[in-house]
Amino acid sequence: MRPYRPKKNVQAKPYYTDRFWVAPQIPKESVEDEIFKKDLEELKSAFEIKEAYIQRGQLVVIIEPNINKEVLKHLKEELDYEILSEMSAIDYLAQSGEFEIFYQLLSLGKKRRLRVKCRIKEGEVIESVESVFRSADWSEREMYDMFGIKINNHPYLKRILMPEDWIGHPLRKTYPLHGDEAAQWYEVDKIFGKEYRDVIGPEQRDPAYISTTDTCNFARIYHEVPRCAPPDSEPIRVEKFNDDAPLVETFDLKKSKIVDRTR
Amino acid sequence: MAQHQVNYAASAGLPVALTTVDKLVNWGRSNSLWVLTYGLACCAIEMMASGASRYDFDRFGVIFRASPRQSDVMIVAGTLTKKHAEFIRRLYDQMAEPKWVISMGSCANTGGMFNTYATVQGVDRVIPVDIYLPGCAPRPETLQYAVLLLQKHIRKRSIFQKQKPKRLV
Repeated sequence: MRPYRPKKNVQAKPYYTDRFWVAPQIPKESVEDEIFKKDLEELKSAFEIKEAYIQRGQLVVIIEPNINKEVLKHLKEELDYEILSEMSAIDYLAQSGEFEIFYQLLSLGKKRRLRVKCRIKEGEVIESVESVFRSADWSEREMYDMFGIKINNHPYLKRILMPEDWIGHPLRKTYPLHGDEAAQWYEVDKIFGKEYRDVIGPEQRDPAYISTTDTCNFARIYHEVPRCAPPDSEPIRVEKFNDDAPLVETFDLKKSKIVDRTR
Repeated sequence: MAQHQVNYAASAGLPVALTTVDKLVNWGRSNSLWVLTYGLACCAIEMMASGASRYDFDRFGVIFRASPRQSDVMIVAGTLTKKHAEFIRRLYDQMAEPKWVISMGSCANTGGMFNTYATVQGVDRVIPVDIYLPGCAPRPETLQYAVLLLQKHIRKRSIFQKQKPKRLV
Protein backbone atom coordinates (compact mmCIF):
# COMPACT_ATOMS: atom_id res chain seq x y z
CA MET A 1 0.00 0.00 0.00
CA ARG A 2 1.26 3.46 -0.85
CA PRO A 3 1.87 5.81 2.07
CA TYR A 4 -0.96 8.27 2.61
CA ARG A 5 -0.20 11.90 1.86
CA PRO A 6 -2.68 14.60 2.71
CA LYS A 7 -3.87 16.24 -0.50
CA LYS A 8 -5.64 19.24 0.94
CA ASN A 9 -3.01 21.75 0.00
CA VAL A 10 -1.45 20.08 -2.99
CA GLN A 11 -0.50 23.22 -4.90
CA ALA A 12 1.48 24.65 -2.04
CA LYS A 13 3.63 21.60 -1.46
CA PRO A 14 6.11 19.89 -3.80
CA TYR A 15 3.97 16.81 -4.03
CA TYR A 16 5.70 15.05 -6.89
CA THR A 17 9.33 15.77 -6.07
CA ASP A 18 11.55 12.93 -5.02
CA ARG A 19 12.77 13.37 -1.47
CA PHE A 20 16.02 11.56 -2.16
CA TRP A 21 16.96 13.48 -5.31
CA VAL A 22 20.43 14.96 -5.12
CA ALA A 23 21.40 17.80 -7.38
CA PRO A 24 24.27 16.81 -9.71
CA GLN A 25 27.56 18.44 -8.87
CA ILE A 26 29.49 20.41 -11.43
CA PRO A 27 32.81 18.58 -11.95
CA LYS A 28 35.94 20.18 -10.51
CA GLU A 29 38.88 20.25 -12.90
CA SER A 30 42.55 20.85 -12.27
CA VAL A 31 44.05 24.19 -13.20
CA GLU A 32 45.60 23.86 -16.65
CA ASP A 33 44.86 27.23 -18.21
CA GLU A 34 48.08 29.26 -18.67
CA ILE A 35 46.74 32.53 -17.28
CA PHE A 36 44.96 30.94 -14.35
CA LYS A 37 48.03 28.84 -13.55
CA LYS A 38 50.20 31.95 -13.35
CA ASP A 39 47.65 33.82 -11.25
CA LEU A 40 47.22 30.93 -8.88
CA GLU A 41 50.97 30.52 -8.36
CA GLU A 42 51.31 34.20 -7.59
CA LEU A 43 48.38 34.00 -5.15
CA LYS A 44 49.82 30.92 -3.47
CA SER A 45 53.13 32.64 -2.93
CA ALA A 46 51.45 35.54 -1.14
CA PHE A 47 48.56 33.89 0.74
CA GLU A 48 47.48 30.62 2.17
CA ILE A 49 45.04 29.06 -0.31
CA LYS A 50 42.93 26.18 1.00
CA GLU A 51 41.81 24.83 -2.35
CA ALA A 52 41.74 25.89 -5.99
CA TYR A 53 40.09 24.31 -9.01
CA ILE A 54 38.41 25.10 -12.31
CA GLN A 55 34.65 24.91 -12.56
CA ARG A 56 32.86 25.71 -15.83
CA GLY A 57 36.03 27.39 -17.08
CA GLN A 58 36.33 29.68 -14.08
CA LEU A 59 38.99 29.55 -11.40
CA VAL A 60 37.57 29.02 -7.91
CA VAL A 61 39.83 29.91 -5.01
CA ILE A 62 38.88 28.97 -1.46
CA ILE A 63 40.50 30.99 1.30
CA GLU A 64 40.24 31.66 5.01
CA PRO A 65 37.66 34.37 5.76
CA ASN A 66 40.09 36.57 7.72
CA ILE A 67 42.21 37.42 4.64
CA ASN A 68 39.39 38.17 2.21
CA LYS A 69 40.19 41.87 1.86
CA GLU A 70 43.91 41.34 1.31
CA VAL A 71 43.31 38.65 -1.31
CA LEU A 72 40.83 40.79 -3.21
CA LYS A 73 43.15 43.78 -3.03
CA HIS A 74 45.99 41.68 -4.39
CA LEU A 75 43.77 40.34 -7.16
CA LYS A 76 42.67 43.81 -8.13
CA GLU A 77 45.96 45.64 -7.98
CA GLU A 78 48.51 42.99 -8.96
CA LEU A 79 46.52 40.54 -11.09
CA ASP A 80 44.14 42.95 -12.92
CA TYR A 81 40.82 41.51 -11.76
CA GLU A 82 39.32 44.96 -11.74
CA ILE A 83 35.57 44.26 -11.57
CA LEU A 84 33.63 42.71 -8.72
CA SER A 85 30.61 41.64 -10.71
CA GLU A 86 28.76 39.89 -7.90
CA MET A 87 29.06 38.95 -4.29
CA SER A 88 26.70 37.35 -1.86
CA ALA A 89 26.33 34.45 0.53
CA ILE A 90 24.84 30.96 0.53
CA ASP A 91 23.12 29.47 3.53
CA TYR A 92 24.72 26.17 4.60
CA LEU A 93 23.56 26.47 8.20
CA ALA A 94 21.66 23.19 8.12
CA GLN A 95 24.61 21.22 6.72
CA SER A 96 27.56 22.71 8.58
CA GLY A 97 26.39 25.79 10.51
CA GLU A 98 28.20 28.05 8.08
CA PHE A 99 27.62 30.69 5.45
CA GLU A 100 29.57 30.52 2.22
CA ILE A 101 30.54 33.96 0.97
CA PHE A 102 31.62 34.32 -2.62
CA TYR A 103 33.16 37.13 -4.62
CA GLN A 104 32.86 36.91 -8.40
CA LEU A 105 35.64 38.82 -10.13
CA LEU A 106 36.16 39.69 -13.78
CA SER A 107 39.29 40.71 -15.62
CA LEU A 108 38.51 42.40 -18.91
CA GLY A 109 42.15 42.42 -20.03
CA LYS A 110 42.68 38.71 -19.41
CA LYS A 111 39.12 37.74 -20.40
CA ARG A 112 38.89 35.58 -17.30
CA ARG A 113 36.49 35.20 -14.42
CA LEU A 114 37.61 34.19 -10.96
CA ARG A 115 35.61 33.32 -7.87
CA VAL A 116 36.90 33.72 -4.33
CA LYS A 117 35.03 31.73 -1.69
CA CYS A 118 35.25 31.58 2.05
CA ARG A 119 33.11 30.17 4.84
CA ILE A 120 32.16 31.81 8.13
CA LYS A 121 30.24 30.45 11.08
CA GLU A 122 26.92 31.97 12.06
CA GLY A 123 27.54 35.02 14.22
CA GLU A 124 31.04 35.58 12.88
CA VAL A 125 31.89 38.88 11.27
CA ILE A 126 33.56 39.39 7.90
CA GLU A 127 35.68 42.33 6.81
CA SER A 128 34.16 44.72 4.32
CA VAL A 129 35.75 44.89 0.86
CA GLU A 130 34.04 48.18 0.09
CA SER A 131 37.36 50.05 0.24
CA VAL A 132 38.69 47.78 -2.55
CA PHE A 133 35.60 47.51 -4.74
CA ARG A 134 32.98 50.26 -4.49
CA SER A 135 30.33 47.93 -5.88
CA ALA A 136 30.56 45.83 -2.73
CA ASP A 137 28.79 48.57 -0.77
CA TRP A 138 25.20 47.64 -1.66
CA SER A 139 25.97 43.95 -2.08
CA GLU A 140 27.22 43.78 1.48
CA ARG A 141 24.15 45.65 2.68
CA GLU A 142 21.99 43.15 0.84
CA MET A 143 23.97 40.30 2.38
CA TYR A 144 23.35 41.77 5.80
CA ASP A 145 19.67 42.29 5.03
CA MET A 146 19.01 38.86 3.56
CA PHE A 147 21.27 36.65 5.71
CA GLY A 148 22.05 38.68 8.81
CA ILE A 149 25.80 38.51 8.22
CA LYS A 150 27.47 41.40 9.99
CA ILE A 151 30.24 43.23 8.16
CA ASN A 152 33.18 45.01 9.72
CA ASN A 153 34.12 48.56 8.71
CA HIS A 154 31.21 48.98 6.32
CA PRO A 155 30.44 52.70 5.81
CA TYR A 156 26.65 52.39 6.11
CA LEU A 157 25.48 48.98 7.23
CA LYS A 158 21.71 49.19 7.02
CA ARG A 159 18.96 47.03 5.51
CA ILE A 160 18.70 47.74 1.81
CA LEU A 161 15.57 45.90 0.60
CA MET A 162 13.39 45.08 3.57
CA PRO A 163 12.00 47.79 5.86
CA GLU A 164 14.16 48.71 8.80
CA ASP A 165 11.79 47.30 11.41
CA TRP A 166 11.55 43.94 9.64
CA ILE A 167 12.16 40.88 11.77
CA GLY A 168 14.27 38.06 10.40
CA HIS A 169 16.44 37.58 7.35
CA PRO A 170 14.40 36.29 4.39
CA LEU A 171 17.02 34.46 2.32
CA ARG A 172 17.93 32.04 5.09
CA LYS A 173 16.69 28.54 4.41
CA THR A 174 14.84 28.49 7.71
CA TYR A 175 12.77 31.55 6.77
CA PRO A 176 9.34 30.43 5.49
CA LEU A 177 8.37 31.58 1.99
CA HIS A 178 5.08 33.00 3.22
CA GLY A 179 6.83 34.79 6.06
CA ASP A 180 6.79 34.27 9.79
CA GLU A 181 4.08 35.73 11.99
CA ALA A 182 5.65 39.19 12.11
CA ALA A 183 5.91 39.25 8.32
CA GLN A 184 2.35 38.04 7.72
CA TRP A 185 0.87 40.76 9.89
CA TYR A 186 3.48 43.38 9.07
CA GLU A 187 1.30 45.87 7.22
CA VAL A 188 -1.65 45.43 9.56
CA ASP A 189 0.44 45.88 12.69
CA LYS A 190 2.23 48.88 11.29
CA ILE A 191 -0.77 50.79 9.92
CA PHE A 192 -3.66 49.85 12.19
CA GLY A 193 -2.09 48.23 15.22
CA LYS A 194 -2.23 44.70 16.53
CA GLU A 195 -5.83 44.98 17.72
CA TYR A 196 -6.91 45.22 14.08
CA ARG A 197 -5.72 41.72 13.30
CA ASP A 198 -9.14 40.31 14.16
CA VAL A 199 -10.93 42.83 11.93
CA ILE A 200 -8.84 42.25 8.85
CA GLY A 201 -8.18 38.55 9.32
CA PRO A 202 -5.33 36.35 8.19
CA GLU A 203 -3.97 36.38 4.65
CA GLN A 204 -5.54 34.07 2.10
CA ARG A 205 -2.50 32.22 0.80
CA ASP A 206 -3.91 29.14 -0.90
CA PRO A 207 -4.17 29.79 -4.64
CA ALA A 208 -6.55 26.86 -5.07
CA TYR A 209 -8.89 28.06 -2.33
CA ILE A 210 -12.57 27.53 -3.09
CA SER A 211 -15.20 28.21 -0.49
CA THR A 212 -18.42 26.21 -0.55
CA THR A 213 -20.17 28.60 1.80
CA ASP A 214 -19.19 31.93 0.25
CA THR A 215 -21.68 32.63 -2.52
CA CYS A 216 -20.57 36.22 -3.05
CA ASN A 217 -17.21 35.33 -4.55
CA PHE A 218 -17.66 31.74 -5.66
CA ALA A 219 -20.22 29.89 -7.72
CA ARG A 220 -20.90 26.18 -7.75
CA ILE A 221 -21.67 24.71 -11.12
CA TYR A 222 -25.19 23.18 -11.26
CA HIS A 223 -25.93 24.81 -7.92
CA GLU A 224 -26.13 28.46 -8.96
CA VAL A 225 -27.83 30.51 -6.27
CA PRO A 226 -28.48 34.28 -6.35
CA ARG A 227 -25.45 36.36 -5.41
CA CYS A 228 -24.69 36.40 -1.68
CA ALA A 229 -27.64 34.12 -0.94
CA PRO A 230 -27.24 31.51 1.81
CA PRO A 231 -25.36 28.57 0.32
CA ASP A 232 -28.05 26.01 1.09
CA SER A 233 -30.81 27.99 -0.67
CA GLU A 234 -32.52 26.66 -3.76
CA PRO A 235 -30.46 26.87 -6.93
CA ILE A 236 -31.81 28.78 -9.92
CA ARG A 237 -33.13 26.38 -12.51
CA VAL A 238 -34.02 27.29 -16.06
CA GLU A 239 -37.19 25.28 -16.61
CA LYS A 240 -37.82 25.81 -20.27
CA PHE A 241 -35.77 26.82 -23.24
CA ASN A 242 -37.28 28.58 -26.21
CA ASP A 243 -36.88 25.84 -28.76
CA ASP A 244 -38.51 27.79 -31.58
CA ALA A 245 -35.81 30.42 -31.67
CA PRO A 246 -33.21 29.35 -34.23
CA LEU A 247 -29.64 29.47 -33.04
CA VAL A 248 -28.15 30.27 -36.43
CA GLU A 249 -29.96 32.13 -39.17
CA THR A 250 -28.97 31.05 -42.64
CA PHE A 251 -27.76 33.82 -44.88
CA ASP A 252 -29.87 34.21 -47.97
CA LEU A 253 -27.97 35.90 -50.79
CA LYS A 254 -31.04 36.51 -52.94
CA LYS A 255 -32.94 38.31 -50.25
CA SER A 256 -30.07 40.48 -49.16
CA LYS A 257 -29.34 43.78 -50.81
CA ILE A 258 -25.87 44.26 -52.27
CA VAL A 259 -24.47 47.60 -51.25
CA ASP A 260 -21.02 47.49 -52.72
CA ARG A 261 -21.22 46.59 -56.42
CA THR A 262 -17.51 46.66 -57.06
CA ARG A 263 -16.72 43.59 -54.98
CA MET B 1 -24.51 90.70 -28.35
CA ALA B 2 -27.28 88.66 -29.79
CA GLN B 3 -27.70 89.14 -33.51
CA HIS B 4 -31.21 87.77 -33.67
CA GLN B 5 -34.04 87.98 -31.32
CA VAL B 6 -35.17 84.51 -30.29
CA ASN B 7 -38.75 83.89 -29.39
CA TYR B 8 -38.30 81.17 -26.83
CA ALA B 9 -41.95 80.66 -26.18
CA ALA B 10 -42.60 80.06 -29.88
CA SER B 11 -39.61 78.04 -31.09
CA ALA B 12 -37.95 75.42 -28.92
CA GLY B 13 -39.11 76.36 -25.49
CA LEU B 14 -37.29 78.20 -22.71
CA PRO B 15 -33.61 77.29 -22.23
CA VAL B 16 -34.34 75.79 -18.86
CA ALA B 17 -33.60 72.24 -17.88
CA LEU B 18 -35.10 70.80 -14.76
CA THR B 19 -33.13 68.24 -12.80
CA THR B 20 -32.24 67.25 -9.28
CA VAL B 21 -29.25 68.44 -7.29
CA ASP B 22 -28.13 64.82 -7.08
CA LYS B 23 -27.99 64.43 -10.82
CA LEU B 24 -26.29 67.75 -11.34
CA VAL B 25 -23.57 67.12 -8.78
CA ASN B 26 -23.07 63.52 -9.81
CA TRP B 27 -22.88 64.63 -13.43
CA GLY B 28 -19.99 66.85 -12.45
CA ARG B 29 -18.33 64.32 -10.21
CA SER B 30 -18.54 61.39 -12.55
CA ASN B 31 -17.28 63.35 -15.53
CA SER B 32 -14.24 64.81 -13.86
CA LEU B 33 -12.60 61.88 -12.14
CA TRP B 34 -9.11 62.98 -11.39
CA VAL B 35 -6.91 60.02 -10.84
CA LEU B 36 -3.98 59.70 -8.51
CA THR B 37 -1.23 58.09 -10.54
CA TYR B 38 -0.31 55.05 -8.52
CA GLY B 39 1.88 52.99 -10.79
CA LEU B 40 3.69 50.31 -8.81
CA ALA B 41 4.64 47.76 -11.46
CA CYS B 42 3.92 46.66 -15.02
CA CYS B 43 0.20 47.54 -14.75
CA ALA B 44 1.37 51.13 -14.73
CA ILE B 45 2.41 50.72 -18.37
CA GLU B 46 -1.16 49.77 -19.26
CA MET B 47 -2.43 52.67 -17.15
CA MET B 48 -0.16 55.03 -19.07
CA ALA B 49 -1.37 53.54 -22.35
CA SER B 50 -4.97 54.20 -21.28
CA GLY B 51 -4.08 57.79 -20.55
CA ALA B 52 -2.28 58.30 -23.84
CA SER B 53 -3.81 59.38 -27.13
CA ARG B 54 -4.95 56.00 -28.48
CA TYR B 55 -7.31 55.21 -25.64
CA ASP B 56 -7.55 58.81 -24.47
CA PHE B 57 -8.81 58.99 -20.91
CA ASP B 58 -9.26 62.74 -21.13
CA ARG B 59 -12.55 62.31 -23.00
CA PHE B 60 -14.04 60.72 -19.86
CA GLY B 61 -12.72 63.59 -17.78
CA VAL B 62 -10.12 61.30 -16.27
CA ILE B 63 -6.97 63.30 -15.78
CA PHE B 64 -3.93 61.94 -14.02
CA ARG B 65 -2.70 63.96 -11.09
CA ALA B 66 0.49 63.54 -9.16
CA SER B 67 -0.98 64.75 -5.88
CA PRO B 68 -3.46 62.94 -3.62
CA ARG B 69 -5.01 66.22 -2.54
CA GLN B 70 -6.28 66.98 -6.05
CA SER B 71 -7.58 63.56 -6.93
CA ASP B 72 -10.80 61.59 -6.48
CA VAL B 73 -9.80 58.14 -7.60
CA MET B 74 -6.77 56.05 -6.78
CA ILE B 75 -5.85 53.45 -9.39
CA VAL B 76 -3.53 51.02 -7.63
CA ALA B 77 -1.65 49.63 -10.62
CA GLY B 78 0.83 46.97 -9.63
CA THR B 79 2.30 44.90 -6.84
CA LEU B 80 2.05 46.40 -3.40
CA THR B 81 4.94 45.38 -1.18
CA LYS B 82 4.70 45.33 2.57
CA LYS B 83 7.35 48.00 2.81
CA HIS B 84 5.20 50.30 0.71
CA ALA B 85 1.87 49.53 2.43
CA GLU B 86 2.04 52.36 4.95
CA PHE B 87 2.61 54.93 2.21
CA ILE B 88 -0.38 53.84 0.17
CA ARG B 89 -2.50 54.18 3.30
CA ARG B 90 -1.08 57.63 4.00
CA LEU B 91 -1.76 58.81 0.45
CA TYR B 92 -5.27 57.39 0.61
CA ASP B 93 -5.89 59.30 3.84
CA GLN B 94 -4.68 62.49 2.21
CA MET B 95 -7.26 62.29 -0.56
CA ALA B 96 -10.33 64.45 -0.06
CA GLU B 97 -13.79 62.88 0.24
CA PRO B 98 -15.53 61.58 -1.77
CA LYS B 99 -12.87 59.16 -2.94
CA TRP B 100 -12.79 55.85 -4.74
CA VAL B 101 -10.23 53.14 -5.31
CA ILE B 102 -9.75 50.94 -8.36
CA SER B 103 -7.53 47.95 -7.72
CA MET B 104 -5.93 47.17 -11.06
CA GLY B 105 -4.50 43.75 -11.87
CA SER B 106 -4.05 40.46 -10.08
CA CYS B 107 -1.24 41.67 -7.84
CA ALA B 108 -3.25 44.52 -6.43
CA ASN B 109 -6.36 42.33 -6.09
CA THR B 110 -4.91 39.30 -4.34
CA GLY B 111 -1.13 39.47 -4.41
CA GLY B 112 -1.25 37.57 -7.67
CA MET B 113 1.69 35.34 -8.42
CA PHE B 114 3.71 36.91 -5.63
CA ASN B 115 2.61 34.52 -2.92
CA THR B 116 5.60 35.51 -0.78
CA TYR B 117 6.56 37.15 2.48
CA ALA B 118 7.15 40.61 1.01
CA THR B 119 3.89 41.20 -0.89
CA VAL B 120 0.61 42.47 0.50
CA GLN B 121 -2.01 39.85 -0.40
CA GLY B 122 -4.49 42.30 -1.88
CA VAL B 123 -4.62 46.05 -1.33
CA ASP B 124 -8.00 45.65 0.37
CA ARG B 125 -6.05 44.63 3.46
CA VAL B 126 -4.88 48.22 3.67
CA ILE B 127 -7.36 50.47 1.87
CA PRO B 128 -11.02 49.91 0.93
CA VAL B 129 -11.50 49.05 -2.74
CA ASP B 130 -14.50 49.87 -4.95
CA ILE B 131 -13.65 48.07 -8.16
CA TYR B 132 -11.42 45.04 -8.62
CA LEU B 133 -10.01 44.80 -12.10
CA PRO B 134 -8.86 41.32 -13.12
CA GLY B 135 -6.02 40.67 -15.53
CA CYS B 136 -2.28 40.42 -15.64
CA ALA B 137 -1.93 43.07 -16.80
CA PRO B 138 -5.43 44.31 -17.74
CA ARG B 139 -5.63 45.88 -21.16
CA PRO B 140 -6.48 49.58 -21.44
CA GLU B 141 -10.02 48.67 -22.53
CA THR B 142 -10.49 46.91 -19.22
CA LEU B 143 -9.38 49.96 -17.32
CA GLN B 144 -11.71 52.09 -19.42
CA TYR B 145 -14.54 49.75 -18.56
CA ALA B 146 -13.67 50.01 -14.89
CA VAL B 147 -13.80 53.79 -15.09
CA LEU B 148 -17.16 53.63 -16.86
CA LEU B 149 -18.46 51.29 -14.15
CA LEU B 150 -17.21 53.67 -11.51
CA GLN B 151 -19.00 56.54 -13.25
CA LYS B 152 -22.18 54.50 -13.25
CA HIS B 153 -21.68 53.76 -9.56
CA ILE B 154 -21.20 57.44 -8.78
CA ARG B 155 -24.27 58.49 -10.76
CA LYS B 156 -26.45 56.04 -8.84
CA ARG B 157 -25.76 57.30 -5.35
CA SER B 158 -27.16 60.40 -3.66
CA ILE B 159 -24.76 63.19 -2.85
CA PHE B 160 -26.13 63.67 0.65
CA GLN B 161 -25.73 60.04 1.43
CA LYS B 162 -22.55 59.55 3.41
CA GLN B 163 -20.00 57.41 1.71
CA LYS B 164 -20.75 53.88 2.77
CA PRO B 165 -18.59 52.93 5.71
CA LYS B 166 -16.21 50.48 4.17
CA ARG B 167 -14.52 47.70 6.02
CA LEU B 168 -11.48 49.73 6.94
CA VAL B 169 -11.87 53.27 8.23
